[in-house]
Amino acid sequence: MSQQTFAQLSNGLVYGAMGVLTIAMFAYAAELAFGTRSRVGRGVAALAARESKVLVAAGGAVAAGAANGPLTAVPVARHLDGAEAVRQAAPERQRRADQFGGVAFSLTRLGLLLMVLSMVGRGLAARRAPWGNMYEFSVASAMVVLAVFVAVTRRRPELRYLGTFVIVPVLLTLGAAITFLYVPAGPLVPALKSYWLVIHVAAAIVCGGVFSLGGVVTVMYLLQDRWERRGVTNRLSRRLPPSDQLDQSAYRLFAFVFPLWTFAIVAGAIWAENAWGRYWNWDPKETWAFITWVVFAGYLHARATAGWSGRKAAAIALLGLSCFVFNYFGVNIWFTGLHSYGGLPNK
Amino acid sequence: MTDNAVLSTQPHEAVRQPGLGPRGLARWAWRQLTSMRVALLLLFMLAVAAVPGSVFPQRGANPGDVLSYLDQHRTLGPWLDRLSMFDVYSAPWFAAIYLLLFVSLVGCVLPRSRQHVRALRSRPPATPRNLSRFADHRSFVTDAEPGAVVAGAREALRARWWRVDVTAETVAAEKGYLRETGNLLFHVALLFLLVGIALGALFGTHGSVIVVEGGSFANTLPQYDSFGAGRLASTSGLPPFSFTLRDFRASYERGGAQDGAPRSFEADLLVRDAPGASPRLQTVEVNSPLEVGGTKVFLIGHGYAPRITVRDKAGNVISSTAVPFLPRDGKFTSMGAIKIPDGGPTQFGFRGVFLPTARMDKVEGGTSTFPAADSPGLLLSLWTGDLGLDTGKPQSVYSLDTSRMKAGPLRSMRVGDTWTLPDGLGSITFDGVSEFASFNIAHDPGKEPVFFAAMAALAGLMLSLFVRRRRLWLRATVDGEGRTLVEVAGLAKSESGGLGRELDDLLARLPARPSDPYPAEEPA
Repeated sequence: MSQQTFAQLSNGLVYGAMGVLTIAMFAYAAELAFGTRSRVGRGVAALAARESKVLVAAGGAVAAGAANGPLTAVPVARHLDGAEAVRQAAPERQRRADQFGGVAFSLTRLGLLLMVLSMVGRGLAARRAPWGNMYEFSVASAMVVLAVFVAVTRRRPELRYLGTFVIVPVLLTLGAAITFLYVPAGPLVPALKSYWLVIHVAAAIVCGGVFSLGGVVTVMYLLQDRWERRGVTNRLSRRLPPSDQLDQSAYRLFAFVFPLWTFAIVAGAIWAENAWGRYWNWDPKETWAFITWVVFAGYLHARATAGWSGRKAAAIALLGLSCFVFNYFGVNIWFTGLHSYGGLPNK
Repeated sequence: MTDNAVLSTQPHEAVRQPGLGPRGLARWAWRQLTSMRVALLLLFMLAVAAVPGSVFPQRGANPGDVLSYLDQHRTLGPWLDRLSMFDVYSAPWFAAIYLLLFVSLVGCVLPRSRQHVRALRSRPPATPRNLSRFADHRSFVTDAEPGAVVAGAREALRARWWRVDVTAETVAAEKGYLRETGNLLFHVALLFLLVGIALGALFGTHGSVIVVEGGSFANTLPQYDSFGAGRLASTSGLPPFSFTLRDFRASYERGGAQDGAPRSFEADLLVRDAPGASPRLQTVEVNSPLEVGGTKVFLIGHGYAPRITVRDKAGNVISSTAVPFLPRDGKFTSMGAIKIPDGGPTQFGFRGVFLPTARMDKVEGGTSTFPAADSPGLLLSLWTGDLGLDTGKPQSVYSLDTSRMKAGPLRSMRVGDTWTLPDGLGSITFDGVSEFASFNIAHDPGKEPVFFAAMAALAGLMLSLFVRRRRLWLRATVDGEGRTLVEVAGLAKSESGGLGRELDDLLARLPARPSDPYPAEEPA
C-alpha cells in the first residue's frame, strides 16, 4: 500500500473509533440509567437498612482500633452492600444494566484497537513515530487515556462506571484533533528529527493520558465526597466506588505519572542541550512544564500535610491538570517559542 | 517530604508563641519555614512566580523582543522592568522563593535523615497481641510444630529481603526502608541539581555567531556576535578551535499541503581543533552538534546573504561583501541593511528586502513564495545622510538608523543587475546569493552534575513513590486441641494496597500448609 493509502486508512480509523466510542458512551450511560430507575423506593430502603447495619459494624471496627492501619474494608463493605441492595431491588433491570456495561466495555476496547491501528497507519504513512504534531499528539494522548482506563478497569471492575466520563473527553479530544488540529501525514521539520522525539514526546503523551484520566477520577471523587458528606445518594453515587477509593485510585495514577513527567522533562532537557546548546531555556513550553511539575509536587506534599489531604489535594491535582492542558493548547496557540512546531494550520 | 504524615518529623502546627528576643524569633521562623505547610506555600509561590516569564519576553532568550515591547509600552514597560518582569528567572524575588524553598527542604531533610538512620538500625516492632484486629489478616490451623512454622516463615521472608526478628512463637518483619531512602535521595539530589545549575551559571559561556558560506570563525571573544559568560568564567581561555563554513544546504518540501516546510539543514564545517592542527571536515545538523573539548557548536538557524558590490563614480570597488539578511517568515522574506560609511561623496546606505523566490506584484509589492533561493530578488531603497555610526550607540547590522537620513529612490533587482545611483554616488551590483548559518557555541561545566543530579532525583522519586513500607507479623501458638494456630497480619505504612496478596504469598511458602484452604476471616 502506498503512503497515501495508509494516511487515508489512518483517518478512517479515527472516524471509526469515534463512532464506536460514541456508541460505547451511550451504553455506559444506559448502564448508569438502568438498574436504579424503577423500584427505586425499595432499593433505597434496602440500601438504607444495610447501611445502618454496616455503620454499626464500622463503629465496632474503629473501636477495636487497628492503630493507624488502613480501614478501607469498611467503605468497601458499604459499597458492595449498596450494589447488592440495588441488585436485589431490580434483578431484571440490573441484568440489563450489566449487559450494557459489558457491551460498553467491549466497544471501548474495540475503539482502543482502532486507535492503535490508526496510529500504526499514520506511522507507516509518515515513515516516522506518529507523534510529530498536535494532531498526532492528541490522538495518541486520547489512545493512552483509553488504554490506561481499560488496563485499570480490568483490575478494578468497579471503575467501569466512570466510562461515560472517560469517553466524553476522549471524544472531544479526537473531534478537536480531526477538525482543528489536523495536518496531513508528512515528514518532520529538521528540529524534530531526533530519536529524542520518540522518547521525550512519547513520555509526554503517556503523561497527558494519565493526567487526564487522573483528573476524571478526581472530579468523580469530589462529587462522591460531596454526596457522602451531605448524605445524598443518587443513581451515580450508588454506582461509583466510595470516595476514599476514588481518592486512592486518583493518587495512584498521579503517583505513577509524576516520575514519568519528571522523566519527560529531563529527556526534553537532554534533547534541548543536544539541539540548542542549553538544557533549559525558560521557553514557554518548558516554563509551563515546570509549573505543572511544581503543582503536582505540591499535590504529593499536600496529601502528606495535615489538613490538606482529601478535597484540597484534589483541587491541587485539578489545578496541575489545567496547567498541563494549558501547556498543550494555550502555549501552542498563544505563545511563540522554541516549541512552536505544533503544526497548527494558522502558524 | 512526599511521605505520609505518620513518618513526618515536622513539628505540629500548634507552634508555641515565641518568647521575646532574637533567639526565640529565629527559632520560630525556622520552625515555620521548615513546616510542610510553608513548603507547600513556597511551591505554589514558585509556580505562580514562573508564569510571568512565559507571558512577557525575556532578556535571556529574546533581548530584541524586550526592546520592542518597551518601545510599544512606554508607560507600563519601565514599571514591568523595575519588577524584573523581563528577567523573571534571575529576579531577586524569584531567587528568594526558590532559596527559601531549598532552606525549607534542608530543614526537612536533616531531621528526617537522622530519623531514617535510626530506623535503618532498628528492629521490626514486636508482634502485637491481637493480630486479628488488622484489616489484612489471615489465620489457619495446622499440625506442624510452632517452631517449624516460625522457622519456615523466617526463611521465606528473608528470601524476599524482609528484615526479620523471631521469638519462639512469633515473627516480626519489616520491609520497604528504601521508600524513605528514595525520598531523601530525591530531595538531596535537588540540592545538587541547584549546585549544578549554579556551576553552569558561574563558569559557563555561551555565544552566537553568524557565518556566511566561505567565511570562518575562530573561538575568540571578538569574533562572537553576542557573548555571555558566567561571573567566574574565563573568557581569555576559550578553547582555540576554529572552523570554516564550506557549504550550507537546506532542503524543503515541494508541493503538497506542507509546501515550503523545511526538511533538512546541513552545514559542512572544516574544523581545526587548535591553530596548526590538521583540519577535519564535519557536517553539523540541527540535532547533531560539533563538539570540541567541552565546547559544543550548534546549528540553530540559517538565512541568506546577498552578495553586493558597491562602486564609486569612477568604477572603483568601495565594498564587495555578502550581507546577511534577517529572515522574517517561513518563506524567508529577509530584511537587511547595507551601510556605506566611506568612499562616497557622502555616507549612504540601503534598506533591503531579500526574497529567495521573488514574485513581484504591482499591488502587493514583492513577496517570497518559497524558502529556497529559486529565483532571488532584492528590493533596495537608497538613503543618504548620516548613518549614525559615530554616535557610539550600538546599531543593528540588519537595520538602518534613518533618523538623520534622506530617502532616495527604490529599485527592484535580480541577480546580475546593476543600479546606477543618483547624485554621483556610484553604482550597486547584485552579484549573487550566499547562505549563512547561525551557530550557538556553548560551554556549560554544570551540565554533567545537573544530569547526574536529575538522574538521582528520578531514581529517588521512583523509590519514594513505588516502594511500599510495610510490616508483617506471624504468631504460631498451640491451641486447646494440641494443634498449631497460625495467625498472620500486615500493616502498610504508606498508602498502597496489595498487602493481602503478600500475606497469601507468605502462607503459600510456609512449609506447614493448612490441610484445608485456610478460612478467610475478615474483621467485622
